Amino acid sequence: MAASDNKKTAKKLFVLVAGMFVFAFAMVPLYNLVCEVTGLKGSDNRAGLPINQDIDTTRKILVEFDGIVNSNLPWEFEPSTRQLEVHPGEVANVNYFVTNLADKAVTGQAIPSVIPWFGSQYFKKIACFCFDKQKLEAHESADMPLRFYVSTEIPKDISTLRLSYTFMNLEKTGS
Amino acid sequence: MTTTTMDIAHDNDHHDDHGPQKGWRRWVYSNNHKDIGSMYLIFSLVMLILGGASAMAIRAELMYPGLQLLEPDLYNNIVTNHALVMVFGAVMPAAAGLANWMIPLMIGAPDMALPRMNNLSFWLLPAAAIMLVLSFIVPFFPGGGSQINTGWTLYPPLSLQVGMAMDFLIFTVHLLGVSSVLASINIIVTIFNMRAPSMTLWNMPIFVWTWLVTAFLLILILPVLAGGVTMLLFDRHLGTSFFDAAGGGDPVLFQHLFWFFGHPEVYVLLLPSIGVLSHIIPAFSYKPLFGRKSMIGAMILLASIGMVVWAHHQYTIGMSSAAVSYFMIGTILISIPVGLMKFNFIATMWRASMTFEAPMLFAISIVAMFVFGGLTGVMLAIVPADLQYQDTMFVVAHFHYVLMPGAVMALFAGVLYWLPKWTGNMYNEKLANWFFWTSLIGFNGTFFVQHFLGLAGMPRRIVDYPVQFTEFNFISSVAALIYGLSHILFLYLVIQTIRGKGTTKAKSRSWKGAKGLEWEVASPAPFHTWDSAPTVDAEGEIKQK
Repeated sequence: MAASDNKKTAKKLFVLVAGMFVFAFAMVPLYNLVCEVTGLKGSDNRAGLPINQDIDTTRKILVEFDGIVNSNLPWEFEPSTRQLEVHPGEVANVNYFVTNLADKAVTGQAIPSVIPWFGSQYFKKIACFCFDKQKLEAHESADMPLRFYVSTEIPKDISTLRLSYTFMNLEKTGS
Repeated sequence: MTTTTMDIAHDNDHHDDHGPQKGWRRWVYSNNHKDIGSMYLIFSLVMLILGGASAMAIRAELMYPGLQLLEPDLYNNIVTNHALVMVFGAVMPAAAGLANWMIPLMIGAPDMALPRMNNLSFWLLPAAAIMLVLSFIVPFFPGGGSQINTGWTLYPPLSLQVGMAMDFLIFTVHLLGVSSVLASINIIVTIFNMRAPSMTLWNMPIFVWTWLVTAFLLILILPVLAGGVTMLLFDRHLGTSFFDAAGGGDPVLFQHLFWFFGHPEVYVLLLPSIGVLSHIIPAFSYKPLFGRKSMIGAMILLASIGMVVWAHHQYTIGMSSAAVSYFMIGTILISIPVGLMKFNFIATMWRASMTFEAPMLFAISIVAMFVFGGLTGVMLAIVPADLQYQDTMFVVAHFHYVLMPGAVMALFAGVLYWLPKWTGNMYNEKLANWFFWTSLIGFNGTFFVQHFLGLAGMPRRIVDYPVQFTEFNFISSVAALIYGLSHILFLYLVIQTIRGKGTTKAKSRSWKGAKGLEWEVASPAPFHTWDSAPTVDAEGEIKQK
């Protein structure tokens, strides 16, 4: 009697173990969902031209630009301007200068992030090189454009936004 | 009922009804809870020496500023190895060894419920240990790739860039996880199904209760860690992008998965030790444990809150202030059940005519030091303060102050307390006192000064430091050497007691004040015990006719 009881209890516990293993993978979509709902994820913030947004000339937001290359991407990557003051609602342009140092064509993609994190959702991109994969031929250089505005809804306590790009290598290099 | 219990023992163990098998077969094929318990404990001791040696290497390097002994990558490799060996190799197997030995004895069961699975969960450990050591040494061979420099948290993107050593480590974690999950299932089934029929859940010994809660925690968290490192493996070799930002993944997700496991894991390390203290303190206070039911309630509360506060390890990742506040308040709430347990211990000792044998000396010092470690934990839980303290030696001092007394020293105390039952010999009390005082002084000397280092800004996991930190680091290193060497006393003590030379014979109730079923069987405990289940009263003692 008791021996089969043992197996029954053990089976229930094994189901619990399997459930928790599945839960770990369920965390992936769950996490992305939470990040999207709360606007925490450094999402690409695609936006059209500002509609119904007057330029708020009473405020100025300092936008800082930063460009990093992931260690396994043989590129140079730098913004043309380090910082820019804009009024909320005002459309501005910045170029990033990119050079491929390798002897072959390499494809990469830039991943953005905005600091402070809760300011991320107010940084609107109309056009950005980070929306697409970028392919550079051997030793090719390019100017990559970014066109953006800062939403007029940006809270009063945010006066600086720092936009940081990390250019990632999309070719599978292995470690 | 008695006859049914006998039948199970026959079903499972009929080939060693007449005592253990001879030679190596006794150990490799063992499905006897006492032999497996002993193997767990010996394995843990070997791992403790390995982890201790790496700790000595770390302190030797940090004794003076500059690079003397270790290259930065090797230093970080050793730091990673030290943590994993200690957590998974030393503390968890030692607690599992105590569980194997004591739970069947304490609940009046003839053996664990699933003895063959018990054998498997132990023998996975040496395999995992070999993999772990390989992950440490493989970078030194040609083509072995880079060393593991991530620390035990294995955060990507760094863990995605390490060489093949990381794959060894990932499979180590898998093996250790399977081993612990099997052991936990076995323990839960044993506790639910194999108790003496007259023993209710409420009058079950506290050590058994702590292991019941621990085993459930392990079942809930280890599969999540296994899932997390499996995703790491996929990212490394199968081109997925769970954590690889280049493909749209998010490294922070791994931190959530890791700490969903990692935070409850500290209670996995702590709870069995709380169980050990709940037996030692009443035994040498000659009083029953104060607030027995509140103790059980507190540990269930601790485990439940502990499951949902993991992100206090990640305050700096940029969570919203609402989320951060929730994790902060939840974390501070944990001090309530933990405080309750400590007050129960103190209340048990209150106005008792205590005696101070070595297990009791350990127990008293553990209560004091653990409270101190808990207070620095509350400091770290406070978000604005944590932004200052995080990733410094203050954190190192904090978690060594909770894990050393709260897990390691309590396990030493438990080993000393039950050693007479296992070996039939009393250990040498004078030597045990020497061990206690040297390790107490060594431990506090090593880690107390690290609080100052951390507050002054010395980061953890860095091989070098500015010269203003030299004095405290020197003190810490010298004390660490004393602490490390003190364990030779322990090793000698255990071997001496097993061999029984120069020791006295133990009675079946080895300590006058000790309560519980384990003291009803002879010392040393015979190979088979409780073939027929005892009848117990409301205090969990054998019913007097």
